[in-house]
Amino acid sequence: MENSFAEQGRWRDIDNLLSRPGNIVGPGFEPSPQLRQEIGEFARVLVVGAGGLGCELLKDLALSGFPNIDVIDMDTIEISNLNRQFLFRLQDVGKSKAEVAAKRVMERVSGVNITPHFCRIEDKEINFYNDFNIIVLGLDSIEARSYINSVACTFLEFDSEDNPIPETIKAMVDGGTEGFKGHARVILPGMTPCFECTIWLFPPQVKYPLCTLAETPRTPAHCIEYAHLIKWSEVHSGKAFDPDDPEHMQWVYTQALKRAELFGIAGVTYSLTQGVVKNIIPAIASTNAIISATCALEALKLVSGCSKTLSNYMTYNGVVGTHIKVADFVRETDCLVCGPGTLIDLDISTTLSQFIEILGQHPKLLVMKSSITHRGTNLYMQSPPILEEMTRPNLHLPLHELMGGVPDDTIHASGMAVRDGKKTSCLRKLRVKFKGLPDGTTEMGTTSVCKELEPDLN
Amino acid sequence: MAAESKTKYDRQLRIWGEQGQEALEKASICLLNCGPTGSEALKNLVLGGVGSITVVDGTKVEKHDLGNNFMLDEASLLQSKAKCVCAFLQELNDAVKAKFVEASPEALIEGNPLFFSSFTLVIATQLLETSLLKLDKICRQSNVKLLVARSYGLTGLVRISLKEHTVVESKPEHFVDDLRLQSPWPELKEFAKTIDLNEKDPIIHKHTPYVVVLIHIAEKWVDTHGGCLPTTRQEKKEFKDLIKAHMLDIDEENYKEAIESSYKVSIPHEISSQLHQIINDSAVEVNSASSDFWILVAALKEFIENEGAGEPPLEGSLPDMTSLTEFYVSLQKIYQAKAESDCRVMEHRVRTILKRIGREPDSISKSFIKNFCRNARKLTICRYRPIEDELSSPSVSELQKYMTDEEYSFSVSFYILLRAVDRFVANYNRFPGVFDNEIDDDISRLKTIAVGVLGDSGLHGSTLSDDLVNEMCRFGGGEIHAVAAFIGGVASQEAIKLITNQFVPLSGTLVFNGIDQKSQVLAL
Repeated sequence: MENSFAEQGRWRDIDNLLSRPGNIVGPGFEPSPQLRQEIGEFARVLVVGAGGLGCELLKDLALSGFPNIDVIDMDTIEISNLNRQFLFRLQDVGKSKAEVAAKRVMERVSGVNITPHFCRIEDKEINFYNDFNIIVLGLDSIEARSYINSVACTFLEFDSEDNPIPETIKAMVDGGTEGFKGHARVILPGMTPCFECTIWLFPPQVKYPLCTLAETPRTPAHCIEYAHLIKWSEVHSGKAFDPDDPEHMQWVYTQALKRAELFGIAGVTYSLTQGVVKNIIPAIASTNAIISATCALEALKLVSGCSKTLSNYMTYNGVVGTHIKVADFVRETDCLVCGPGTLIDLDISTTLSQFIEILGQHPKLLVMKSSITHRGTNLYMQSPPILEEMTRPNLHLPLHELMGGVPDDTIHASGMAVRDGKKTSCLRKLRVKFKGLPDGTTEMGTTSVCKELEPDLN
Repeated sequence: MAAESKTKYDRQLRIWGEQGQEALEKASICLLNCGPTGSEALKNLVLGGVGSITVVDGTKVEKHDLGNNFMLDEASLLQSKAKCVCAFLQELNDAVKAKFVEASPEALIEGNPLFFSSFTLVIATQLLETSLLKLDKICRQSNVKLLVARSYGLTGLVRISLKEHTVVESKPEHFVDDLRLQSPWPELKEFAKTIDLNEKDPIIHKHTPYVVVLIHIAEKWVDTHGGCLPTTRQEKKEFKDLIKAHMLDIDEENYKEAIESSYKVSIPHEISSQLHQIINDSAVEVNSASSDFWILVAALKEFIENEGAGEPPLEGSLPDMTSLTEFYVSLQKIYQAKAESDCRVMEHRVRTILKRIGREPDSISKSFIKNFCRNARKLTICRYRPIEDELSSPSVSELQKYMTDEEYSFSVSFYILLRAVDRFVANYNRFPGVFDNEIDDDISRLKTIAVGVLGDSGLHGSTLSDDLVNEMCRFGGGEIHAVAAFIGGVASQEAIKLITNQFVPLSGTLVFNGIDQKSQVLAL
């Protein structure tokens, strides 16, 4: 532990906020000169993504009094990151973003400990995410946001009146940017809308009808997508297109150019080809800074209560003038992800494998290849092979028996679902209720607090 | 541009293009005070590749600087803050020329006003009112853009000060395409005639561009409605029904697009009020001292009144629409040809005006004129009052409106309180709330001063919430990193808009509200 007097001087400005009382503060704010240190001892923050937002977030959180931070990112550093991802230098190209970002921040902000995780978010066990008090998302894809959101929502439990149990709420702060625009939001599963409740906020990705690409191209993008989606597989049978291979990109560009010439269409460039094929979102340092700062401040407010929190969705638009708007969205009470869970009635004789089949056909769920977990116990795992083999014998056993004979309970299924024609990982909470039990038992022991999952906010 | 720069700046070149990047690389920026607000603003600009930066700060690094400024570390303690921040910023981008001046901004403003005249833009952070007013005068005199940024506890502000900022490429997100369906020119009408709407071939029928569909149907409508296009709601509905009646199949995408775009036929044949204001501005009476922008506006005015018959030059671009490739490409060429011919007329007028005012007729490039024509409908002008004018005579009616509007009340209160803080500092030589044992006294002192500011602003009898006065003292003049990063971020975004001459900068004072994030722009 460092000299606390000196540290106090160092954190003077933030300590004013944490040690002095105010009347416009969050619920449960207990100002004290020790509050920063207390937060430091209990608060663990996970930053998801170490890119444009992630670099800023790590800096902002480290300088907001969070000494224990983890960061997860599967990507490596590219030259085109350097116009905004200020923790990286030219000589870092090719290295892990999470590792370099963690190292740089620790070098500059003494006393801060950042643990990098150089892997996919799906590679971590679900319980890895339960170790954090707050999860801050700096991502650029809907799929990744959706996955983390569903993971955070699996920790949420409801009491017998379907009210969320406060200790099980895993707070999330999410940021996103595109050019001069961005958003920041606070998600308290069960209290405020989760990512899935307001999925309509994200417009679907532009897709061109295949017949336009094949028969009536009009724009340079049509020519590029023809080369990318149709011509590539015609010519390179079986060889997958790799957007990160410059030779592949060059080939698509050349073909697109040929097609454009054939149809008299102007405007195909190499840069546009990359933009269309990789769906590049323009990004600048200033917008990432604005949005990350908002997210970090909200994270500080959530753990300390030192001010009110954003309720619950802020947008920033600097294209024409500067416009900041806050919208207070409402939860979907029957949300598949943050609600109490989709109710599924089962016969007591239903086996685990029949149950998995039901999930794939259930019109609201359509989850394929599910792995099933009940109260922290793996009932069936699709992978890795060793776990699959271990849990395989369960498949032909009745689910009712595997769940310890309870009349109803919550169960988690993780598998693949199709969104926008793309397969994505998903996690669903289900409420299983058994039919055909002897009278009286169905009324007993409804949802009880899950023992495996410790309350996370003290 | 070198290949490596192209790759490095790829994600921003997609926003402001090589021209915007060139403007950034030519810009020289001066930062006053390099606390976290200023350092963060400059960091974002250095990453983007501005030409040069000059960091001005007269202080040495103290312990508390390490708690809110990422550019400083343990090794910086007791050293010049400007030197340390400058060294870190240089690390971020070696293409940027980074310099520092170890001097207090206040001293430079007082003693060396000429210092500022060589910069494109001055970013003044954490500056108190008295120095700021002097700096504003200096910058206006030497035509240097001024950007003001201030972080204070959970609040802060960003504002711009300069005489006039003119934008050709304002790049608004939602703007109706310039299709001229209400008044097609002869070549466009001619082309529409070559396609028969009663075409029996279903492939051609469902691939007739909606522009052609609408021109045909509008003509039919005009013939049966005394030469008038649909204007009332009922007429617009009937017009849509008429489009529907031409469909062979309910799935014809081009007809769906025609119905969706049918309102474009009814757009009044007149220029927007914004453009009207611009072409009637007094600056349109150009002379040899006029900027290229205003010379172009003078030419535009003549064009609209003559060849344009009430319309600006055609933009020339055609949005994508369901169509056979050959129809679409032909249509595109017709729009381009008309835009080029309008541009030639404009060019001729520009050259004539230049000659008239005694300038070299070729002193404005063809590409500039072309770009101007393409954006003629979107021209934007921003003018800012001197800061002193706003402070001494703010718009009382606007202030009153903000004070009573719940959405604005925090922001306008912070605006008043930030001014009160500066008066407090002038009286007591320290920020309110820096000492724990004097907080209660400071609260009543600040409150009294704030009432004075309200009175001076013409709001006699108005009061501020005690809770906010209390908050202001609670902050103790602190610069919270996350707030500084936000304010610095906004400042850098505005700097980019001012330097590239693209997009539209902030029009008033943005007051940050870190309590519930309902920040507002105040136009006073």
